[in-house]
Amino acid sequence: MTDPVPFRPISPGTQPPYDAPAYVGTIKRHPKQKLHPMPHTITETTGPTFSASQFPPLADMTMATGKPALGERIIVAGTITDEDGRPVPHTMIEIWQANATGRYNHRSDQHDAPLDPNFHGAGRVFTDEQGRYRFLTIRPGAYPWPNHRNAWRPNHIHFSYFGPAFATRLVTQMYFPGDPLLAYDPIFHAVPDEHARNRLIAAFDLDITEPDYALGFRFDVVLRGRDATPMGH
Amino acid sequence: MTSATASQTIGPYWHLLEDPSWADLTRLGVEGEKITLTGAVLDGDGKPCGDACVEMWQSYPIVSDRFPGFGRSNTDGQGVYRFTTVKPGAVAGRGNTQQAPHIALCILSRGLMRGLVTRAYFQGEALNDTDPLLMSIEEPARRATLIATPAGAATWRMDIRLQGDSETVFLDI
Repeated sequence: MTDPVPFRPISPGTQPPYDAPAYVGTIKRHPKQKLHPMPHTITETTGPTFSASQFPPLADMTMATGKPALGERIIVAGTITDEDGRPVPHTMIEIWQANATGRYNHRSDQHDAPLDPNFHGAGRVFTDEQGRYRFLTIRPGAYPWPNHRNAWRPNHIHFSYFGPAFATRLVTQMYFPGDPLLAYDPIFHAVPDEHARNRLIAAFDLDITEPDYALGFRFDVVLRGRDATPMGH
Repeated sequence: MTSATASQTIGPYWHLLEDPSWADLTRLGVEGEKITLTGAVLDGDGKPCGDACVEMWQSYPIVSDRFPGFGRSNTDGQGVYRFTTVKPGAVAGRGNTQQAPHIALCILSRGLMRGLVTRAYFQGEALNDTDPLLMSIEEPARRATLIATPAGAATWRMDIRLQGDSETVFLDI
């Protein structure tokens, strides 16, 4: 049997370390031992498939209840490719976020800001044949968190991606250009490489913006690609 | 080449996505030996991580209309995750080796900037003695962190210790 082609190892500095002490939550939750190296097997190079027929898309988070949510409508769109620039087609994207006031519709969120009965804050879309996706939402608000004195999370949208394999799983956050809170955020700054970090900031895009309707932001995402040389691990 | 997008923590509010039925991989009617895989996710003080997302993947049985292969469980107030699935079979390893039956796990949570990947093997499987990954972990005590133990009828338990003396072996995949 032919060995499966592994995915590329991560490029140094482009992923955050587990031990990121400025983000206090990592202090008791990061492993102290080095990750144990292993070559990819069928377990890592295969993964789940999700189809839009099984998991109906919800691409308009502004009208999830049929009535409009409060806040600034935005359009988020982009392309998912692998590290070689090849589109990742028909892959599921999960989305969740706070509402316009900076409050999650979640029992653990006790921030004293109003919930919006017409905004739930979860969505799901699939990429098309060219790896493109698009959804409508409300610009999320900033909110305080107990990491340090006067700590505020920058505006952000959470994303979850699967890609073709267990090894391509990615969970990340999208930020907004020009947000003054980014400079103070230890989660954003946990990514050591400045270029890799700044790729988490969406770009304002006039082509995605729709006249008389909503501003558009582009957020392109790259999932791990296959290693050209087998056993490259 | 553009490197993969950076990971960020899943945070404490990921439950907005959650469909609790995903923790039961037998819900679509797969046939096989039905098992529960459960355990607690614990931090460096041994305290339960009650806001974690534990995901599992098994490449055998092969994914079909009756078996999703993938599951997702929250952790409860005691940090406990719980999956119902069918016991995986042995699968091929690299270079004509065989891997003992196992389930791949990914732990995502507040306080983890990236998912932590590990595996659950099953105590008493003859193939455990020749499994390439288990054999590559020299210390028996470390190896044992990847082996689920029987905990009642058709139930297997594997706790996941993120940090500390009996820290789980996490994999660089």
